[in-house]
Amino acid sequence: MVESKHKWKAWLYLSPAIVLLLIFTVWPIINTLRMAMLEGYNGTAELGGAAFNFGIGNFVKVVQYAKFLTCLKNTLLLCVLTVPLSTVIALLIAVCLNSIKPLQRLLQTIFFLPYVTNSIAIGMVFATMFNIIGNNIGGENQLITTAGVINNFIGLFGVDPINWINAGSAYWANITVLVIYIVWDALPFKILIFLGGLQSINKQYYDAAKIDSTPKIRVFTRITLPLLSPMVAYAVITAFIGGFKEYSSIVGIFGEKMGPAGDQFRLNTMVGFIYDSLASNQQGLASAAALILFCIIFAVTMVNLYVSKKNTHY
Amino acid sequence: MTNNVSMAEKDIQKVSAQQRVLKILSQVLVYAFLLTAALTVLFPFYWMLISSVKSLAEYELAVPTFFPRKFQFFNYVEAFNTANLGRLFLNTLFVGVVSTVLSLIITVLSAFAFARLEFKGKNALFAALLATMMIPGELFTITNYLTVDAFGWMNTFTALIVPFLVSVFYIYLLKQNFMQIPNELYLAAKVDGTTDLKYLWKVMIPLALPTLISITILKMMGAWNSYIWPRLVANDPDMQLITNGLRNAFTDVNSGKTNIPVQMAAVAIVSFPLFLVFIFLRKYIMKGVSRSGIKG
Repeated sequence: MVESKHKWKAWLYLSPAIVLLLIFTVWPIINTLRMAMLEGYNGTAELGGAAFNFGIGNFVKVVQYAKFLTCLKNTLLLCVLTVPLSTVIALLIAVCLNSIKPLQRLLQTIFFLPYVTNSIAIGMVFATMFNIIGNNIGGENQLITTAGVINNFIGLFGVDPINWINAGSAYWANITVLVIYIVWDALPFKILIFLGGLQSINKQYYDAAKIDSTPKIRVFTRITLPLLSPMVAYAVITAFIGGFKEYSSIVGIFGEKMGPAGDQFRLNTMVGFIYDSLASNQQGLASAAALILFCIIFAVTMVNLYVSKKNTHY
Repeated sequence: MTNNVSMAEKDIQKVSAQQRVLKILSQVLVYAFLLTAALTVLFPFYWMLISSVKSLAEYELAVPTFFPRKFQFFNYVEAFNTANLGRLFLNTLFVGVVSTVLSLIITVLSAFAFARLEFKGKNALFAALLATMMIPGELFTITNYLTVDAFGWMNTFTALIVPFLVSVFYIYLLKQNFMQIPNELYLAAKVDGTTDLKYLWKVMIPLALPTLISITILKMMGAWNSYIWPRLVANDPDMQLITNGLRNAFTDVNSGKTNIPVQMAAVAIVSFPLFLVFIFLRKYIMKGVSRSGIKG
């Protein structure tokens, strides 16, 4: 490293980044803590000279809020369903991809395709696939114009059309659609990570196993999985973090009202709650919710790191 | 004796034939699984494309057609006009290009300072920067919303560009890349009397070009896909970005009914540039993504 004669130069180069970080990163951290501790804080009212009491009122209010509990429940449910499902499917696809030669590159490209999409736009495509035009499902005189392509498909197996996302749809049907979409959206990144990991495993391990004629299942559980465990840990941690911040996939499918027509905000999430509170000028509430979200993400990440440390082999 | 040997040979042949059949069978299964999965992944794209060229009447048929009977390309023209896509497109392009260029300049300068210069508190500062990466973005958004409002930036492009110019992750990525460049090059340049900026421009930037391209692509994709922040600070139709204009433009406010084929045409228009970028710059995207774990 060179001892620069002009030490101020380093600070000159860093100055644009530092100024912007102070305004848009450091100040928000301090201010969020401040707003969360000021009961009923409202940014516009403060500019008008209003004062707020110091206390944990915002947190109490958030936790007692029925809306917030719905958001928490939705977020947790989506996390718990999508993270294991997408990890297992991605692992399966990656292992299969790694075992073939012809078509490997083409298939790899196809599996990566969902990554370079706009999650709102493709959410709208999924909504179209599950959509029912006519909405009169379930009544005595079923008047379905188009049951939607997914309903047509399950109809091939003799399953009756399901009201997935339209007015009057069941909660579990909504969640099913969201899980399918989120998993579809999450696969590319995980496949990419897993395939990269598989390709970097030293071939000698497999040759040794071949000489000992080890069964394939045993090769997978004793060689592949342990050597892939750092990537799996990484994928699971990032998936949980992303899962707790789920928001735009729901907007893509259900629109900004976060729910089927007639039952709005039923599918709202933690991030949705924060933005709603922010938009309605309840920044104190929003800050408290954001801090709770941060604590949950932090705790889950720590648990993940602890579990993976015990089970990860480097 | 000879009889026994041939018996054993036959056994071996039988076993290896069995193994071959098993191997072929497992290969068939693997391909069947992968192809099914690939078709599932592709289907939404296919459905988007064929729906976008159907007439509304054909789209609403009780049994949907898997290939349009008649191609109605007019849907694309209608989509472009209904959602004012031209304007949204230009807005997004402007925000994307300006924020990418400024962000690259800031990132390169900071990464250079961290990788090549020596100053007090360098390591502490870098560690502090990395620590901020753990905090979810929503936590910053609340205050930034108020800050942008206080600065009088509501409904301006400034609000869409400035708060996100510094990415600690990109600084980290580029710093790692810069540090791989041998220090001797820097010393040699210093001996020759080259200035820092000239050295940066002539040596470091060309050597770190792949990382810079990855950052550029991810940043542009970020502008293309951003939704939440623009919705908060730029509701003016003249300032909207493409994703925000897309979601509601095709739903009739009164009836709540959506002209889906036209909507799908708009979705296809928005997706198309992303695919182009993907096809030509796949290598850089995958490289950047596998290290970042963030979408856009």
